[in-house]
Amino acid sequence: MTHNPAPVQELLKDRKGPIYLDNQATTPTDPRVVEAMLPFFSERFGNPHSSSHAFGWDAEDAVKAARKQIADLIGADASEIIFTSGATESNNLALKGAGRFPHRKGNHIITTVVEHKCVLDSCRQLGDEGLRVTYLKVDDKGLIDLTALEAAIDDDTVLVSVMAVNNETGVIQPMAEIGALCRKHEIYFHSDCAQAVGKVPLDVNQMHIDLMSISGHKLYGPKGIGVLYVRRRPRVRLQPLIDGGGQERGLRSGTLPTPLCVGLGEACAIAAAEMADEGTRLKALRTRFLARLRASNCDVRVNGDMDHRVAGNLNLRFPGIRAEDLLTKIRGVAISTGSACTSASVEPSYVLRAMGLSHDEAGASVRIGFGRFTTTDEIDRAADMISAAVSGQITSDDSGQDNNQMARNAAPVA
Amino acid sequence: MTDALYFDHNASTTVRPEAAQAVADALSIGANASSVHRFGRLAKRVMEDARERVAALVGVTPSQVIFTSGGTEANNLALNGAGCDQVLASSVEHVSVLDAHKSTNLIPVDENGLVNVDAIGPLLDAASGPVVVSIMYANNETGVIQPVARIAEQVHAGRALFHCDAIQGVGKVALGFNDTGADLMSLSAHKIGGPQGVGALIVRDGLNLAPLIRGGGQELRKRAGTENLPGIAGFGAAAETALNTLDAFAGLAVLRDRLEARITQLAPVRIFGAEVERLANTSCLTMPGVNSETQVIGFDIAGIAISAGSACSSGKVEPSHVLRAMGVGEDDAATAIRVSFGWNSDDGDVDRFVDAWGGVYSRAGGATNAAALAS
Repeated sequence: MTHNPAPVQELLKDRKGPIYLDNQATTPTDPRVVEAMLPFFSERFGNPHSSSHAFGWDAEDAVKAARKQIADLIGADASEIIFTSGATESNNLALKGAGRFPHRKGNHIITTVVEHKCVLDSCRQLGDEGLRVTYLKVDDKGLIDLTALEAAIDDDTVLVSVMAVNNETGVIQPMAEIGALCRKHEIYFHSDCAQAVGKVPLDVNQMHIDLMSISGHKLYGPKGIGVLYVRRRPRVRLQPLIDGGGQERGLRSGTLPTPLCVGLGEACAIAAAEMADEGTRLKALRTRFLARLRASNCDVRVNGDMDHRVAGNLNLRFPGIRAEDLLTKIRGVAISTGSACTSASVEPSYVLRAMGLSHDEAGASVRIGFGRFTTTDEIDRAADMISAAVSGQITSDDSGQDNNQMARNAAPVA
Repeated sequence: MTDALYFDHNASTTVRPEAAQAVADALSIGANASSVHRFGRLAKRVMEDARERVAALVGVTPSQVIFTSGGTEANNLALNGAGCDQVLASSVEHVSVLDAHKSTNLIPVDENGLVNVDAIGPLLDAASGPVVVSIMYANNETGVIQPVARIAEQVHAGRALFHCDAIQGVGKVALGFNDTGADLMSLSAHKIGGPQGVGALIVRDGLNLAPLIRGGGQELRKRAGTENLPGIAGFGAAAETALNTLDAFAGLAVLRDRLEARITQLAPVRIFGAEVERLANTSCLTMPGVNSETQVIGFDIAGIAISAGSACSSGKVEPSHVLRAMGVGEDDAATAIRVSFGWNSDDGDVDRFVDAWGGVYSRAGGATNAAALAS
């Protein structure tokens, strides 16, 4: 591959602004989504539950249309879409709702060790309340073992919760196979699809998903909104987490935020139309990024399966380099050491540890997330910055000042 | 809907321009406030700035403000997170308070909707295990303001916690968290000119609160989930504007009183809570012999938005639980509507409303005092 990296001093002088490569933490709201939302913050402000006047009906119609857009993306019916404040709440509602339902068929829940913290914390709480929880292991590629899943199922099992796409590694679990197993044993299948919706095709019927968590801000929609898909046939029964006005089929009370619902709907409609092309483009960017890093003789390893992986994600390990040190050297490139919620903590990723990485290996890993607005130029610059930092050509990068020392020390990358 | 008239601000008020701008600005920050990189830090700064403004609205320190998805969640978090075996709530509370906890007992109210403060002590004495008492600052249907400081004294004398649902009070009257004596207080953005989908629970320093939603440990481990940054920014801007315009809001009483005075001249209406302290913007009144559903439709045809009760239950046909708790008979309760003004209401709105009121009344067969209508 022909490869002409920019000299480091040029990279450092280049003040085109920081490069955002943390699209698994959150995605920027698509301008088309913002445009769809804005009128509902001002002139179309009605309470969608006000059934007595036109202001309320207008909002209600908008929410209804959004529900349809979301349902269409996952092959569901609009009446199965329950709006929440985000995927964290959706996951809490799915797990605690099923685990606390008074007439549930048993007391056992199965999940995996690589789930998002909000799933694990909800399971831990259910464990404190007397439920039995089985945590399935993953292999070195981050995938669960279907035989182990089936072996874990017993007469007492109520629910299996497996994420579709891991937030740190982007690894995709075999949804349809898990769903078929759950349906065979008549167990609810919940999937945290926050990282998957709008990125990979999902169909609740084909995959036998009974409960699906969706996040607005992971698919270029707004923050503060999410969805729990709750299957109607066969009916999934949940104990609500938030009671009150009885909105959302009694499963989730509270005034619906019309603009956010509209934004999530629009984001889903855009994803439905553009997902395939976007996936192809992101995969090409990822290939280019990795090739450019490798061409610079940078010692880099990929964590997690490359065949079953969402297009926008890379989880990379630079042996011998502490990820935190790397991050301080490339302040102009926004990447992370793990998930956003825990990225302030110093413990290396439990997801990578579960895949068999040592403490040091996990601590040498970073998550890089490409997104809809990432450009080829940005990934080239980011790759050059990272390889320069890894090879010790950048010792620190303070974007506030021009560091001449740094520029002098820097030599063009071979 | 530009020439339609909106008199349902207690359901959801018009977003203030400052708040809409703050939302739009924050939408352009595509970052997660929990991320440590510079995008994340910028998002965090916007969020903490908003937290300060919300804190200032009720006179607390920013660390006491826990952002939630709205008032309903704040109420549920307060009542389930405080670690109490039982909730003692007034019978006129919002459904999100009444339904929040599996063990909830009621405190009666008088004919004006005021809580019987003397009943609190004996009820607490009779209760076993820790109790949280939940009394709203102002009622969403009648606007009646409770004597919260006196209530807090009784609650604390009975060694219970006091939660105050201040969703309808905050931003409408000067309201200091510490003055109310509350241990926990719920707020909602869309009732004060902020966006829907965001609220807050104010927590007294040192009070332990178990989260309702667990996960990433955001909001001081009291409420997990990626923060709704645009919503929070809008809430902050609305809080600041509301705090700076409390006098103007109090001035809405002039419009409300004029509306009530003119309608009283038209027919023998009943106005609930008129004898006691009420929010400046709220009127809950009957139209003799005319069912509230009929009124709602009649007003809607005239381009005026009102409601027959709270928005969440406005799809239902039963008369308001608030009015029933006040001992209002079935006939009066079935003919009551709620009229609520907002920060952008003006004097001309009152005349259009009164005209429409007269029209709805006479079409339904009521004998209006025509001379009064013409005045």
